Amino acid sequence: MRPFKKEEGLAAPYDKANVDTDEIIPAEYLKRIERTGFGQFLFFAKRFLPDGSPNPDFVLNQPRYQNASILVAGPNFGCGSSREHAPWALEDYGFRAIIAPSFADIFTNNCAQIGLLNVVLPEDRVNQILRDIAGREGYQIAIDLEQQAVTDPFGRVDRFEMDAFRKHCLLNGLDAIGLTMQHEDAIRDFESRRQSRAPWLPRFR
Amino acid sequence: MPRTIIDKIWDDHVVYSHEGQPDLLFVDLHLIHEITTAQAFEGLRLNGRKVRHPELTLATVDHNVPTTPRNVPVKDPIAKKQIETLEQNTRDFAIHFEGMLSPRQGIVHVIGPEMGASQPGMVIVCGDSHTSTHGAFGALAFGIGTSEVEHVLATQTLQQRRPKTLRIQVDGELPLGTTAKDLVLDIIRTIGVSGAVGHAIEYCGSTFRAMSMEGRMTVCNMSIEAGGRAGLVAPDDTTFAYMEGRQYAPKGQAWEQALDYWRSLATDEDAIFDKTVNINAADVVPFVTWGTNPGQSVEVTGRVPDPDEMPDEASKANAIRSLKYQDLQPGTPITSINVDKVFIGSCTNSRIEDLRLAASVVKGRKVNAHVQALVVPGSGQVKAAAEAEGLDRVFREAGFEWREAGCSMCLGMNPDVLGPGERCASTSNRNFEGRQGPGGRTHLVSPAMAAAAAIEGHFVDIRAWSKA
Repeated sequence: MRPFKKEEGLAAPYDKANVDTDEIIPAEYLKRIERTGFGQFLFFAKRFLPDGSPNPDFVLNQPRYQNASILVAGPNFGCGSSREHAPWALEDYGFRAIIAPSFADIFTNNCAQIGLLNVVLPEDRVNQILRDIAGREGYQIAIDLEQQAVTDPFGRVDRFEMDAFRKHCLLNGLDAIGLTMQHEDAIRDFESRRQSRAPWLPRFR
Repeated sequence: MPRTIIDKIWDDHVVYSHEGQPDLLFVDLHLIHEITTAQAFEGLRLNGRKVRHPELTLATVDHNVPTTPRNVPVKDPIAKKQIETLEQNTRDFAIHFEGMLSPRQGIVHVIGPEMGASQPGMVIVCGDSHTSTHGAFGALAFGIGTSEVEHVLATQTLQQRRPKTLRIQVDGELPLGTTAKDLVLDIIRTIGVSGAVGHAIEYCGSTFRAMSMEGRMTVCNMSIEAGGRAGLVAPDDTTFAYMEGRQYAPKGQAWEQALDYWRSLATDEDAIFDKTVNINAADVVPFVTWGTNPGQSVEVTGRVPDPDEMPDEASKANAIRSLKYQDLQPGTPITSINVDKVFIGSCTNSRIEDLRLAASVVKGRKVNAHVQALVVPGSGQVKAAAEAEGLDRVFREAGFEWREAGCSMCLGMNPDVLGPGERCASTSNRNFEGRQGPGGRTHLVSPAMAAAAAIEGHFVDIRAWSKA
């Protein structure tokens, strides 16, 4: 996993609640067997017109938000399907972090697996940032994971909560499977207990 | 200390626990399908890792498979490649696979239960958010992403934080003409689409005790639409009667031993939940969603709501956006909304009981001339059972298309999609923008309500209509 330590970059607004993973990437674009290359399909139905040309009204198509690396969005971001293609598309497009008042559970787990930082700030504050972005071209945000701090262009610093273990993994880019494999003995113990405790459990061959 | 069923299952699956870290949980059953696994197998190969327990993994194809006759090759080259990739991966890693030509192929959340693979007290995961369906058996079942699929394949475990617990207490009898689908739509509109985020739900009360396994699966299935990590119903005699004799259910002495354990799972009397919500079954009505999230629903006899009457600015903004997409005017009676397509299927409502209910509504009637209606059974076994009862004839004679099993029009990954601007009465679970096809408009309803809409060409109050 790509480590996340700090990110300073242009912020883009996505001022909407309950953005679902079908909106982030429609199901018809899940048909790749690779992890890469999904950025071209990000927000596809919103981003492109039926004739395939970019929709000039779509926020991320505006020249001022080109090369944004931080997305600021409404509450319950990433609800719906468990498709990890949604974080893959956001990351492949160029986002390194998403700031929102809340995230859906599976989406936020999926983001953590690939080092795409989810920052939770209070809804009032997110709404203020959304207004500030609209009012100031080139609005840059700096995120420091070690300090758990978001700094806006006016120098205001917001602290955010972060699960300590998740933070540790993100900072160091740790591979979850590798970490789990350090507990091989515990897994083996559990497997033998399980066999005697619940011998009826099904096996497929 | 008294514990909930959620805590009991959790505690029995902790492999490793350490202060400040997520628990390492053992997974009893890992269901896999063609859309969310290719990259996980690729990850295993790149790192030289094996599948730790292929015998605890069950694979099928459902999301992108065509529902037209199975003797025709899959036309979409990318879908074909995904299906072949899963087939090759299951062969390479010795995983049980119910392929497109198997009589047991079907939606992963339909075949797990019907094969007897989904059992009480299990931890079940799948790279699909509707994995919560298996909670109907008293299992802790939840959706995961592809990196977690790879983690489970490699280690048979998952790193998870213990969820908070939410009790949804429903008592009383569901009124005639309403179903488990209407109840779960009521629950979602009550607590909201993020009302259960961070929680696992236990559905408690006399309404669930009286409910069939199919109904319980419908409710648990849509737990995720309220943001719930998982949703379950404690196992009881209804559960055991459904399971007994199924292919992978325990037999003989093992069955008795399993029963003792399964009965011990029920939540202890004084167990404390983090949150409780009460719903009165008698208040449930046939619901139709008008918006673009499953919480935006209204009674069929009601009208499309006015955004100006929403309780807060955020819901007002959402409603305006939803109505624009859905091309609906505030104040429009729901029963005056015409539909172009009707879809009876999906992991929410494609089981035999759903098909029986829909068939009872359409029997002897004809699908409206302006409507295309299709029935997509949840599995090959559901299809065979329906055909043995003659339900396929009832649907065909009424003018419905009778299809092969798969996810189909629920998510528009196969050729069954809505065209831009088309409106659909759907028994599926999500009415998100573009979910059933770009520009398509979805209204979620019960199988009975969908069937009646197919006949009339618009929504009808099934309670009054069936008496007419």
